[in-house]
Amino acid sequence: MADMSVIISGFGGQGALFAGILLCHAAVEEGKHTTWFPAYGAEMRGGAVNCSVNISDCEVPSPIIDSADVVIALNEESQVKFEKKVKKGGILIVNSSLSQAAFTRDDINYLKIPFNELAQQLSQPAFINVMAIGVLLEKTGILKSDSVIKAMREMSKNVSAKKAALLPNNIESFEFGTRIIKKQLVTA
Amino acid sequence: METLVYKRPESLLKAEKGGGFTFCPGCGHGVILRTIAELLDEFNIQKDTIAIASVGCSVFMERFLDLDVAGASHGRSTCVATGIKRCKPNNFVLTYQGDGDAATIGFNETIHTACRGEHITTIMINNTNFGMTGGQASATTMLGQVTTTTPYGRKAEETGYPLHAAEIVAQCEGTAYSARVAVSDTKNIRALKKTIKKAFEVQLKGLGYGFVEVLAGCPTNWHMTPTEAVEQIENVIKTVHPLGVFKDITEKESV
Amino acid sequence: MAKELVKGNIAIARAAINAGCQCYFGYPITPQSEIGEYMGAHLPQMGRVFVTAESELASINMVIGAGTTGAKAMTSSSSCGIALMQEALSAMCIAEVPGVIVSVMRGGPGLGNIAPSQGDYFQALKGGGNGDYKLIVLSPSTVQEAIDLTYRAFYLALKYRNPVMLLAEGMLGQMMEPAEFGEYPYKDPDVTQWALGCSHNREARNLVSLYMPEGALEAKINKIFEKYELITKNETTYEEYMLDDAKLVLTAFGTVGRIAKAAVNKAREVGMKVGLFRPVTLFPFPDKELHEVAKNTDLILDLELNKGQMLSDVRSAVFGACPVEFYGRSGGGLLSPDDIFAKIQELYEKIDNKKAAGVV
Repeated sequence: MADMSVIISGFGGQGALFAGILLCHAAVEEGKHTTWFPAYGAEMRGGAVNCSVNISDCEVPSPIIDSADVVIALNEESQVKFEKKVKKGGILIVNSSLSQAAFTRDDINYLKIPFNELAQQLSQPAFINVMAIGVLLEKTGILKSDSVIKAMREMSKNVSAKKAALLPNNIESFEFGTRIIKKQLVTA
Repeated sequence: METLVYKRPESLLKAEKGGGFTFCPGCGHGVILRTIAELLDEFNIQKDTIAIASVGCSVFMERFLDLDVAGASHGRSTCVATGIKRCKPNNFVLTYQGDGDAATIGFNETIHTACRGEHITTIMINNTNFGMTGGQASATTMLGQVTTTTPYGRKAEETGYPLHAAEIVAQCEGTAYSARVAVSDTKNIRALKKTIKKAFEVQLKGLGYGFVEVLAGCPTNWHMTPTEAVEQIENVIKTVHPLGVFKDITEKESV
Repeated sequence: MAKELVKGNIAIARAAINAGCQCYFGYPITPQSEIGEYMGAHLPQMGRVFVTAESELASINMVIGAGTTGAKAMTSSSSCGIALMQEALSAMCIAEVPGVIVSVMRGGPGLGNIAPSQGDYFQALKGGGNGDYKLIVLSPSTVQEAIDLTYRAFYLALKYRNPVMLLAEGMLGQMMEPAEFGEYPYKDPDVTQWALGCSHNREARNLVSLYMPEGALEAKINKIFEKYELITKNETTYEEYMLDDAKLVLTAFGTVGRIAKAAVNKAREVGMKVGLFRPVTLFPFPDKELHEVAKNTDLILDLELNKGQMLSDVRSAVFGACPVEFYGRSGGGLLSPDDIFAKIQELYEKIDNKKAAGVV
């Protein structure tokens, strides 16, 4: 797949915005064109946040996404809000740990994954946002796993030592994410 | 006994270049500008000075002093001065403002400039009204004072109380020197020069913000003769806006 | 130099530093506070000047002070903050003081909101300040263009001794995309002929906005308007996209320009002859160029995130050469490629119908 549009949504603190930036960095690693555009409320913490990410081999004219190839909904509110934004035949990755909402469309693919429960199996702290990026890569192959890991290493160079120390946890969460489908951890 | 040689200061624009005061009879501006010019000569800083012309009769400074001048909008002289001084720390930077400019529309800027301790000098001429626009009440207008906007005298319950600029500026930590003087009699005019000199020195030594408030006559708008205006300063205004040095951080050094 | 992922606001700040910005004066306001934060973190370390001013009134007047010395100075703000600067911007133009103002628009009027908006086209172009004056206004649509136009803003400010505004939207400030900085590409003009400072070897000079003697103000205004003509001749910049055979031409500035491009692509995919004309300099506005475009097309559709502000300049440029329609949203609503495409479909049909009926 040469082009992809992704919306990642959750509440503040779940790392939806960071996950989008990570995707963009990985896209830059592969020399692709990309845009990241955030949307959030006035709250400094806890409000609803989402970001729109485009990855393409060509110039990206619009950072705004009308309908997304993939939506990652990290909570119920995000699922309800963005289900209709998934392109026909597209993918909705749902964090079933935090969403009980029903699926209302039959023209898209749902991946129901209990991210928060799965995260308990990993070294703590584990990160569901990068787990979800792992799922996205496993499902679509839009970018190489190596590019994401390289991007994580690069990004950890420009953050505080405390955050940089979490790099191994991030990598573990991401790599675990890339095996979730294969391991059949997707719930029905 | 000191010998005074009376000559025209170099820092005053020469008559052939269009200089020469055109202020109203009895106006304080001429004496103050001449004093500033004398001091610029004495410190030999005329060619390294940038002055900021403000809004009001003070703007005429630009026509009478032979200096590089930047203009400022109403009340923003100390901001323009801040921009200049931060870029040209070796220049001497002077704002010349009235009470309408520095104490009324621009008092927020005055206070913040003082708090930042900018290495600039402000000379604020306080004639207790907006002179150029025809004598309306300003922040420093005294209670009871008749102006064109307080025709029955300033009343506290209507327009509040007069603002005492030099005292307030003295409260700011970045202020190195703050004082009030008057252009009235010879004694006060000599004190004026000493005081402005001090305010120049704190800038030249890099100690902080220097602020001098000068009580000056505005006979035209006060509807007085020049002599009556001097009496007004001495007998009335000084009782509301008292003369004095409200802050001088060099005092500690000199003791 | 390789491309790196960078956020619009940060790109503007970094480009300003690369351009040799010696001092930044500002007051925080969403959605551009990151510019001031970045400057605060970097300028003092480099021995340059950073001051958080007490207000936007103060920051723009500090820019004036710095500008009178010939220094490269800037401030940044957003809508209501820029409103407070208007008196000073007018004064800068007539006193011929250079400076760079970054305006990252938010929703208005009033405090409005922090959503993307283009509601300040009039503020930038038609002025809230008094008298006859013009800002040079540059409008970036991508992060790369924000960098390139920030460089250009500093250059043009000194070259023409006029304030230059970089007019961006919150969307551009907040979004990230790959871009490269390169080197500041301009050779700055000599400022010693007019800047204030050391007057040992010359007559004292002044830079003021008060011109009382009879005729003085008129002469000065005529002088700066001659300069504006020169700026129009030399600096007018715009982007044309798929115009050669276009029956319908979109006009848009800033990020709406790039979103419109996506709609053009979509229309072209289904065989509709649609193109885009995007002014990059809003003053000077590409009047003549747009007029030529209008002569060769059936309809212009102006797109803006406001109630139709650039529209007045589009209409005046088109001057009846073809009909002009407007489609916009105000108050934080976005125009998406699909929204624009739907409007294109609606209008395109009309063109065809009119043609069939022999109206056009």
